[in-house]
Amino acid sequence: MPAILQLQNVVKQYQNYRAVDNLSFEIPEASVFGFLGPNGAGKTSTIRIITTITKADGGQILFNNQPLSPTHVAEIGYMPEERGLYKSMKVGETVLYLAQLKGMKKSAAKAELDLWLKKFDISSWYDKPIEELSKGMQQKVQFISTVLHRPKLLILDEPFSGLDPINAVLIQDEITEMHRNGTTIVFSTHRMEQVELICEHIVLINKGKNMLNGEVKAIKEQFKKHIYKVDWAGEGFSIEENAPFVPTTAPNAANFNPAQSLYIQLKADSSPQAVLRYLLDKSVNIVGFNEILPTFSEIFIQTVENKPF
Amino acid sequence: MDKIWLIIKREYWTRVRKKSFLLATILAPLGFALLMGVSLWLSTQGAEEKTVAVLDETDVLQTRQGRALKDSPYLKFKLVNGNLETAKKGLDSLKCVGLLHIVAQDTAQLRNLRVDYYSDSELGLISLEFIKNSLSEHVKSIKVKKAGLNETILASFETSVEVSPKTILKPAKDDKSAGSMRIYVATALGGIMMFLIYIVVFIYGNMVMRSVMEEKTNRIVEVIISSVKPFYLMLGKIVGVGAVGITQFLIWAITVPLLYMGIIFLFAPRLSELANQQSAAAGDVNINKINAIMAELGSFDYGSIVIFFLLFFIMGYVLYASLFAAVGSAMSDDWGEGQSLTLIIAIPVILGFYIGTAAIQNPNGNLAFFASMFPLFSPIVMPARIVFEPAWWEIALSLLLLLANSVFFVWLSGRIYRVGILMYGKKVGFWEFTKFMFRKE
Repeated sequence: MPAILQLQNVVKQYQNYRAVDNLSFEIPEASVFGFLGPNGAGKTSTIRIITTITKADGGQILFNNQPLSPTHVAEIGYMPEERGLYKSMKVGETVLYLAQLKGMKKSAAKAELDLWLKKFDISSWYDKPIEELSKGMQQKVQFISTVLHRPKLLILDEPFSGLDPINAVLIQDEITEMHRNGTTIVFSTHRMEQVELICEHIVLINKGKNMLNGEVKAIKEQFKKHIYKVDWAGEGFSIEENAPFVPTTAPNAANFNPAQSLYIQLKADSSPQAVLRYLLDKSVNIVGFNEILPTFSEIFIQTVENKPF
Repeated sequence: MDKIWLIIKREYWTRVRKKSFLLATILAPLGFALLMGVSLWLSTQGAEEKTVAVLDETDVLQTRQGRALKDSPYLKFKLVNGNLETAKKGLDSLKCVGLLHIVAQDTAQLRNLRVDYYSDSELGLISLEFIKNSLSEHVKSIKVKKAGLNETILASFETSVEVSPKTILKPAKDDKSAGSMRIYVATALGGIMMFLIYIVVFIYGNMVMRSVMEEKTNRIVEVIISSVKPFYLMLGKIVGVGAVGITQFLIWAITVPLLYMGIIFLFAPRLSELANQQSAAAGDVNINKINAIMAELGSFDYGSIVIFFLLFFIMGYVLYASLFAAVGSAMSDDWGEGQSLTLIIAIPVILGFYIGTAAIQNPNGNLAFFASMFPLFSPIVMPARIVFEPAWWEIALSLLLLLANSVFFVWLSGRIYRVGILMYGKKVGFWEFTKFMFRKE
């Protein structure tokens, strides 16, 4: 897949610390990309460089293989974590103003806005002042203003924070549809369960450096510990020295019945088939056998607290 | 750059359509008109005639010797006889508002004339002053006669002085400029212009600052600058708010003179009546003075004055507005902190105002010259000097310096602005902040 965005040795230096430290990674076009990292990792600094808010002090950024420049502003949509709109302006004129700043023509913006308002069933809000809206309503408006100009690259910083479950699903559906239509979506988030659900690629940065990046599936494979969960019915079984596995603790302190379930870890040179064979030989009545891949939360913690690769 | 135009439009329209703007723009001239109307009405009301009875049993005022008391159109004296009690009772039938009782006193030196005023209603300030002056003049003429002096000769000691300005190297203007009235009028005009710019800078400079702070507080600034460079955002704000100021001023410039003329017109008949009475009674040169002032006002070259005023106003506003923008961006959410920073900018404005006041007294002196060149003061001081027609090169130099400095301050403020607007919460040290400012971007 070609990359819509490439960061090459990007550096951002503030007076006494380096927020972005020789950072390189690529964002594949039309992917759902997770941008992860602990607080203070340099995510916001990086995002601000990508969105042309600030300039890098070193390295380069390529947008569709061209050096990033203000001309690309019209193709990028950005919703910062700190949300806000002009309180005294009305919904319609706010969105139109922001869209026109992105280079959209007023008539096109108006038509697009009507579509979105209808889609969210909020056409009556057009003339409402922003300050009369609740927080969730304002976030919907802000979301619309972020995507109205149909950007190719959409950067969302904690987009679901502050949204109730209904609105979260609403926004999620729209993001999914945009992705289907070829938009590249970049999520910056702390919510690892979302990363698991929706991201295809990720980059994990810490102290301004690239700690980990690639396809989510591949990374999980990379981090897997060959842990499996065995469920059985009826009598238990004993585990000999020569078993191809060892018991291990439940990874997430999950609720399970130790009388009927067991978490195991494969020994080196072993395989799931060997485990199954062992158990079948013991006439264990197996009802479930699943690999437990590491969660992104675990991967995150392990990566951040250990040394980089 | 049509994006700046978008920003200018937004800054302009969101302010102009606010109720507070409409109120201020309309209420101010109306308030002014009301003020004028009421004071004029009051002054015409004051033309009600009053009669005050005068009881002078011991003839201190020598009225029985033929020395009559002088009346005014508003206040007449009526001599009464009898004693104090009958005089007091007789007030109503004589239609007098009160009784002046000249107490029996030693008339040898008469340094202090003792008078009692009997009345159950208050004597107005003007009436009181008139009575005091009138009686004082009356007693003075008694003393003059007593000293054996001639009133006419005494009057001849009064000398009025008239200073006519003439030029040395500068070509002499035509007769119109020969009046000494000119200095008074020019001073007043200069003062007005100075005051206008002072106010404008404060009000609209402040508006810019609050706009910057609003965007920071409600966090929208980050979204905006992902579409537009911070410098253009700042410029758009400065121009947009400036346009609001110009709109308000234009409205006032049209409505206030109209209202003024309308009210004068309304009261015209009464006013001319009064004027005739006054000049007849006082024998003063009031009317002549007014005519002289009018003539002087008419002799100024308004074309160039207005043009220069506008130029200095615009550049001065841009200079200070950009400073206000910089301060607004550097402030955290703590608005209290902002007040102290605002004061720092306010200092040169206030200083300029005071220096300007002094400069007007001596329009071509050193203080005036340097103050009208120094870019932080020149927008306030130079327009005041312009009515005194300084040399053209002085005006040009002042404008040039101001332009260069305005550009510099806009650039400097732009750098502060682009760093400040993204800083929240964490307090950045002053030096760190300065270093941030000068990073390439």
